[in-house]
Amino acid sequence: MDLAQFSQQLINGISLGSLYGIIAIGYTMVYGILRLINFAHGDVMMMGCFFAYYGILMFSLPWQFSFIIAIALTAILGIIIDRGAYRPVRKAPRISALITAIGVSFLLENAGIVVFGGRQKAFFRPEMFDSIITFHGIRFLNLAIYVPIITLTLLGIILLIIYRTKVGRAMRCISHDMETTRLMGVDVNRVIAITFAMGSAAAAAGGILWALKYPQINPLMGIIPGLKAFVAAVLGGIGNVGGAMIGGLILGLAEIMLVAIRPDLSGYRDAIAFGILIIILLFRPTGLFGEKLPE
Amino acid sequence: MDVHHRRNQILSILAIGLGFVLLYLAQKYLTSYQVRILNNCGLFITLAVSYNLINGVTGQFSLEPNAFVAIGAYTSALLTLSPAEKAMSFIIEPIIWPLSVIQTPFIISLLAAGIVTAIFGFLMGFAVFRVRGDYLAIVTLGFGEVVRVVANNTQTITNGPLGLKALAPYTNVWWTWGLALITVFYVSRLVRTSYGMAMKAVKYDEAAAEAVGINAFRHKMLAFTSSAFFEGIGGGLLAHLITTISPTLFTFFLTFNLLIMIVVGGLGSTTGAIIAAILVTWGGEFLRFVEEPINIFFIHIPAVPGMRMVIFSLLLVLMMIFARHGIMGTREFSWNWVVDRMNGLKFLLRNRG
Repeated sequence: MDLAQFSQQLINGISLGSLYGIIAIGYTMVYGILRLINFAHGDVMMMGCFFAYYGILMFSLPWQFSFIIAIALTAILGIIIDRGAYRPVRKAPRISALITAIGVSFLLENAGIVVFGGRQKAFFRPEMFDSIITFHGIRFLNLAIYVPIITLTLLGIILLIIYRTKVGRAMRCISHDMETTRLMGVDVNRVIAITFAMGSAAAAAGGILWALKYPQINPLMGIIPGLKAFVAAVLGGIGNVGGAMIGGLILGLAEIMLVAIRPDLSGYRDAIAFGILIIILLFRPTGLFGEKLPE
Repeated sequence: MDVHHRRNQILSILAIGLGFVLLYLAQKYLTSYQVRILNNCGLFITLAVSYNLINGVTGQFSLEPNAFVAIGAYTSALLTLSPAEKAMSFIIEPIIWPLSVIQTPFIISLLAAGIVTAIFGFLMGFAVFRVRGDYLAIVTLGFGEVVRVVANNTQTITNGPLGLKALAPYTNVWWTWGLALITVFYVSRLVRTSYGMAMKAVKYDEAAAEAVGINAFRHKMLAFTSSAFFEGIGGGLLAHLITTISPTLFTFFLTFNLLIMIVVGGLGSTTGAIIAAILVTWGGEFLRFVEEPINIFFIHIPAVPGMRMVIFSLLLVLMMIFARHGIMGTREFSWNWVVDRMNGLKFLLRNRG
């Protein structure tokens, strides 16, 4: 592999990895606060894609508006899922919450099949993201440059909210001790709803970028990115937002590089994430930057 | 020891005998479609009861049965196919040596399926039981995915995405319900022994169980390996029931179905798992009408594929919110309960008359 090829793969890996990272943020925020693996997160991302798709197709909105409305709608969907499914089981044993999350995940996927149809749909790629850059023998879609920039900007905004606002402080407090935070007069359910809204909005943004990168969408498209983003969150230390992004980048690069170095192993690409997950949980269950031990 | 032990034993034997008479009549007089549902019921009883042993009884929430069923199905299928058939279906790359010449009778292939899957479960247990709770769920889910990806890529063993075709349809109601009987017998005996008590103790409080000298890891392994053994055999039966297997058959979807069963039945109850396996399998067939076009007077509703799964996933969420304990909770069927009720009924009738 020469330098040009290597840089090419590096760019691919970074853009894929930052997508895993932005989706992983939603997992890690929810887990940090509720200790709940939000199984439906990948499917929330899928819903974001479909909102954007129908915004352009049925309401002929300009793509910028459609994307922003889709992100807002997905945030609302996140709040509805929390209110309707997770809040009623908050006091129940944690396994009940996990089973509920699996149920919500399947519900979204199958409701998607019923409402949107199971076939692949072509996602609209605006011209802005559709030009090819050639640079010293490396060719790539300019989207590959936009993706890391957009995701890092979103990461910055989320970190600002978490560390520089009152709501963010409440989130950090809840993740330490929910009951005490409640006693201090914080409306815990509201803060949790905001967390779901933020995580879902990030997932929608990630999903739309994903659909721009691989412009085919279907109701089951969220499963694999969702699972991999979860691995990224564990890799970065679950509960750690910055770590989620770094975990995503490592995972994305690992996948792309393995396929680049050993093309004959490309069939195993989807197994790498789980291989990494199994190894981390065996040797360093707290992830790279995590402090808390899993239960 | 129960004072009515002997009576209950006789009642059980009578009930099983009656069940087999009914099965005999069923396979003689029902249509092939109905017999197929009956087979599925028996098969899913095996799978749900053995899955419940690790998830419900021992309380270790794991999501790997699709991996176990896949391993069992492939092992058994590769053993019953004749060398000539194997040479014919492996068109992209030939099958590797020892498998290319072996052919065994069905029962041997089933035993092999159980043993191979149990060994896999045993080895996997060493890795996965280092973590608990949600992490266990996700890591076992990961193993399930890895098994599927490996099955897709090991062209020389599993024939990759093409799968194995034209398996002999050996599976019939005697196999499916016979295995269900053996599984239920094994699991319900196991949970009554000291091992079973220890498993329940691990479920309710692992630290306290360890404190009174129970080796939690060893009991988890026992439950997990037993579960793998029966799910492997179940996989073998499944392969020879539908006669074509490919990696797409063994996705998380299969695990999800089993999960609904053990949740509806009540996590931890073997009786519940049996009832729910029958209800969900039969209900799935019964609900087929929701996916067909419906005409109610003037209103025409077009066919909606996928509607059944919407219903099932909604059911799962609603169960978790409103009826967490399922049909049976952790209770089990007992003859004493039945006899008491019968006596109560007799008493009522006599007083009225």
